[in-house]
Amino acid sequence: MSSADNYAVWTSELTKQFGGQTAVNKINLAVPKGSVFGFLGPNGSGKTTTIRMLLGLADATSGEIELLGEQMPKNSEKALPRVGALVEGPAFYPYLSGRVNLRRLDSASKTADPKTREERIDKALAKVGLMNAANKKVHKYSLGMKQRLGIANALLQERDLLVLDEPTNGLDPQGTREVRNLIRSLSSDGTTILVSSHLLSEIEQLCSHVAVMSAGQIVAQGSLPELQAQNQTYLKVITPDAEKTEKILSEFGLSPTRETKLGLETFLSEVEQGFDGDEILRKLLRSKVKIKAFAVEQASLEDRFVDLTGEGFDVVQ
Amino acid sequence: MSSSNRIGMSLIWSELWVLFRRWRTLAMLGAIALIPVFLALAVYWSSDTLAPGEGPPFLDRVSQNGLFVGYTSTILALPLFLPLTIGVVAGDTIAGEANQGTLRYLLISPAGRIRLLITKFIGAIAFVLAGTATLMIAGAIIGAILFPVGPVTLISGDVISVTESVWRMVLVASYTSVSMLGLIAIGMFISTLTVVPVGAMAATVVLSGVSQILDNIPQLEPIHEFLFTHYWLGFVDLLRQPADFSSFASNAILQLAYVVIFGALAYSRFATKDILS
Repeated sequence: MSSADNYAVWTSELTKQFGGQTAVNKINLAVPKGSVFGFLGPNGSGKTTTIRMLLGLADATSGEIELLGEQMPKNSEKALPRVGALVEGPAFYPYLSGRVNLRRLDSASKTADPKTREERIDKALAKVGLMNAANKKVHKYSLGMKQRLGIANALLQERDLLVLDEPTNGLDPQGTREVRNLIRSLSSDGTTILVSSHLLSEIEQLCSHVAVMSAGQIVAQGSLPELQAQNQTYLKVITPDAEKTEKILSEFGLSPTRETKLGLETFLSEVEQGFDGDEILRKLLRSKVKIKAFAVEQASLEDRFVDLTGEGFDVVQ
Repeated sequence: MSSSNRIGMSLIWSELWVLFRRWRTLAMLGAIALIPVFLALAVYWSSDTLAPGEGPPFLDRVSQNGLFVGYTSTILALPLFLPLTIGVVAGDTIAGEANQGTLRYLLISPAGRIRLLITKFIGAIAFVLAGTATLMIAGAIIGAILFPVGPVTLISGDVISVTESVWRMVLVASYTSVSMLGLIAIGMFISTLTVVPVGAMAATVVLSGVSQILDNIPQLEPIHEFLFTHYWLGFVDLLRQPADFSSFASNAILQLAYVVIFGALAYSRFATKDILS
């Protein structure tokens, strides 16, 4: 499978069924090496189930997985030491300190060198800013501190791939920014990062690539510019002269939607990409239409995300 | 990467460290230590001397020789208390980690599923050894404090020296530890079936009770020798002169069979289980 060579994560028709329900439905995920890959979708869309399969925690009902070029779960012992992961929130022994917890999880790894263990633990704790709380029992940690300790665990060894499932959960804005910076600096070292989130805004600024999941399926996938290019372009006109504007727009063959706000009328019309609005603008000005705003703009990724996954709290099943 | 780590010594040390640093483990060992203490104090303070053969085996001898406290305590602890603590440890092995969420992190570390299962088995055995040793050592100490210590008269009527009787204590503790292997394997298998550790613990303890009840129903005689609790009290054969090792052997074979069967079940279950907690 040479096609998988350039990818840190590669799946083919990956499917997971629980009883009669299909949680993940034939997804082809392709995470390019070196990318920061945003894995988006509302809660319950199948992101975490996918991640569990990628890491060998759950068996796929059908389909194939390659993780860093290794078949999963068959060659998990080869692939997993090169993968650091935070899956569905951090989990620790509450009666042990942060440092002892990391020691425990590191000693579980067959490839972790005991001689460098303390040094690596120190480094990981320092990276997430937990040095001062290292000897505190984890049950005294705040959610944000546990989250950081979880990330520290993922960083205990040199990794080729980091899988971070909702890494900013429970973090305050300051902590969220720190995690973003951490991801950026890790990525600049060449580590591939798969980061999942149900909040696009959390990771949009970080990602080079994105996949959007909804109801068990991948509904969009690609590099950020690629996805951006697929977004709908709009012509927007805001004016107090509603009637005149509508007439002119319809002359140009546009049938805009209208919305009245504070005595102003907002016209929104879908147009083709690369649409040139100059002529319309000139015509509006010649007709003495008062214009408060005039723009040809592209829908944001956020709009597209909502478009693809639906809005609101209803979980799609 | 060191070769010892390949075998998993690191993980085994870590398992023992986590197990024996836990308040619950220490509390259970403390409670085990209280059995001989209460037993000895009760005998010491009661004015009645028991007629030979009255009460549990050896109880009548405790006041004459403090070294019997450990043996008598073993008899008292075997039916319920020891299996209870082992049920807690064995039932917690996988379900406890799963419930806490640490199981997924151990597995992606990667610990390896077989390696983790074996490590957990070794940890549970270590707890059993600690428990039976606690029983004997606490018994010997409190016995030596409250009662005379001297040559021990065995159930065969022979008398052995104090040094020899210490060896017999080690033998009895080993016998009792071996007796618990089957229960550990059963507990670990149940532990792979659930993410609720308390459920696995309770089920394990209940099974040890059921097995003992079945062992006491004469009509079920044909199956008695296959029950994992059948030889539990057989350690008294080690208190004959010369020590009779036949029940030790039968017991060891039976326990091994349980370890193989339930170990295989636990493995087949755990190796393919979806870790969703």
